[in-house]
Amino acid sequence: MDAGMLSKILYIDLSRRRHWAKERPELFEESLGGAGVGIRLLGEECPTGADPLGPENPIIFTVGYFDGVFPLGSKAIAMFKSPLTGNLGESHGGGRFGVAQRMAGYGAIVIKGRSEGPVYLAITNGDVKIRDASTLWGMTGSSTVGRIIRENEGGAGLRSIMRIGKAGERLVSYACVITETYRHFGRLGLGAVFGSKRLKAIMISGRDSLTFKSPKLYRELYDELFKTLTKSPLMKKYHELGTPMNVLPLNATKTLPSKNLQLAQFGGAEVLSGEAILERYLGRRTACAHCPVSCIHIAALRVPYESEPYFYKTKMISYDYEPIYALGSMLDIRSVEGYLKLMDTVEELGLDAMSTGVVLSWATEAMERGLIGLAETAGLSLRWGDYKAYMEAAERIVSQRNEFYKALARGVEYASSKYGGRDFALAFGGNEMPGYHTGLASHLGHLVGARHSHLDNAGYSIDQKTNAEGRRPAPAEAARLIFEEEAWRQVLSSLVVCFFARGVYTPEMVSRCFAAFGKSLAPENLRRKGEEILKEKHAFKFREGFSFDRLRIPKRITEIPTPQGMLKEEELWEGVRAFERLIRG
Amino acid sequence: MVKKLSVIDVDLCVGCQSCMFACNRRFAEAGVARSAIHVQSVGGVEHGFIVKVCRACQDPPCFKVCPSGAISKRKDGGVLLDYTKCIACGNCVKGCIVGAVQWDTTIDKPVICVHCGYCASYCPYGVIRLEEIEEVET
Repeated sequence: MDAGMLSKILYIDLSRRRHWAKERPELFEESLGGAGVGIRLLGEECPTGADPLGPENPIIFTVGYFDGVFPLGSKAIAMFKSPLTGNLGESHGGGRFGVAQRMAGYGAIVIKGRSEGPVYLAITNGDVKIRDASTLWGMTGSSTVGRIIRENEGGAGLRSIMRIGKAGERLVSYACVITETYRHFGRLGLGAVFGSKRLKAIMISGRDSLTFKSPKLYRELYDELFKTLTKSPLMKKYHELGTPMNVLPLNATKTLPSKNLQLAQFGGAEVLSGEAILERYLGRRTACAHCPVSCIHIAALRVPYESEPYFYKTKMISYDYEPIYALGSMLDIRSVEGYLKLMDTVEELGLDAMSTGVVLSWATEAMERGLIGLAETAGLSLRWGDYKAYMEAAERIVSQRNEFYKALARGVEYASSKYGGRDFALAFGGNEMPGYHTGLASHLGHLVGARHSHLDNAGYSIDQKTNAEGRRPAPAEAARLIFEEEAWRQVLSSLVVCFFARGVYTPEMVSRCFAAFGKSLAPENLRRKGEEILKEKHAFKFREGFSFDRLRIPKRITEIPTPQGMLKEEELWEGVRAFERLIRG
Repeated sequence: MVKKLSVIDVDLCVGCQSCMFACNRRFAEAGVARSAIHVQSVGGVEHGFIVKVCRACQDPPCFKVCPSGAISKRKDGGVLLDYTKCIACGNCVKGCIVGAVQWDTTIDKPVICVHCGYCASYCPYGVIRLEEIEEVET
């Protein structure tokens, strides 16, 4: 197969138990792949006003030209209508899925309809099996589901197994999809969309070898990239401590939200720092397929059985900056064991760690303020630092035993609309807040980003840069920088390379890589494609009722100082308006 | 002196599969279908990885089970495969108990390590290395 040729789309209709493939090379020529093709297919397949949990909401997985071809071309994109925000649902996942889908020969996979009973899909080059998953439905831990499918299916080393936990089955709006135990299509509720289709898991595997118009150039470029990615200081932080290296610097600059952002510093930062966890708990490092960086850090936690004095188990639990922020700092959990146990519960249930942490921190503050009481929580006292109570609360969010937990299962935007506490309900566009109280660009980025995620445009990174220079960009300038960054990221997420390699895959480098496929794509053309893809995403958001005017700015972010001083709501609105002009321009 | 590829410490393996992609790039192609080295997890990535490489046996079973004479012994260990004589029966795959004979799906023939060491130069963690084979007294 020609590496410069992506064309095959696999369609699976779970209602009719039918599947078919279509060749659509022009779609990939125009929109690259990944996010670009994903948003085109979402526009085609998702009817206007679709119920996110109805059979009409499609699940779309896409890969791009760089998957399995260039190093860190390791990711895949999922597109759907989000049950959390009611508009664009887009998640990026690592692990082995992106490479496996490319090696199976599919540029995109579109899953439609709803199965009568629980199923999982087994997809290989040219074959799709819809297998019964009744036995897997309702299983306590998502890791056990992975283990069973691993034993049932072939293709070890060439496959990916993604699955949902009970949170997805029970349609929690921020349920995630887990792949290779430690990576996720985390945000915006893809797990619930799986659950609504009674789709428990997908196994995909493939073997392929891809040819080049300029084979010599391909090898030269690969070597140049590989060297930069393994030797350059640009990747050092991901390689050594992994993302938890952020804990101490963010804490030192008073930009690490704690206790539902009542504070911007965390009393347990030293204890939960990347350095401290590494020292005592790091048990293994692992990597996504085709990524030499190996940023995935897994802690080994030895846990005694309380009932059996001479029995222990060792749990392997991954840790990253964002979960440490959400489930550690936000909940003021100051012990590694406490944090890891809560993380493990959240993983096994299949909840998005970030949304779960923010929801629980809102609930804790609401309880402190008397907005809710033991009647709502069914007797559970939520107190900062009490990880056991939070583990129980996570279980209850999934089982949804009463109205209160049902509300929590729909996210903090909804819960606060019912119980009050809007001012400290930390969601942007309906998506729970990431962990960067760095200044205006960070929160503006969450407000205007197509997914309302820190990874949309890394506003925090703009803040960190300008804060270090001792200046503060005007809202319009921040909006422009955010727009440019988010537009370029559409290209990276269409290829699909990991954002951690963004410093290496510059427009010039990406353009050179396309030359190996015999394709001429100038850096300027790439940038323009990025803008087009971003605008298309917003067109989908507008179609589904999103409006910049109706964004809500949580008052709390204007009450706690940032390195730029207190943020002003008017300035954030000014930034939103400036961004909207760029999107509509 | 003849060299062979060795696994130095499998516990250093992070499962990035850079070696598999490197082996495939010997043909200036991307992917894994033509790779002679294989990495898979030990039943879940949390338990680590298995790296399947040719052991360069002195008395190779793959050679012994080849019915068409396509596999010949290499000096000091390991084998060489003559694709023109291979009938794609797959005996060599079954004969290798460490699973080091892979299948090239693009040409429907086995792919057996030639111990060139190209993969080892892409292993960021020193899991595999090209080593000299000590001369064996016979």
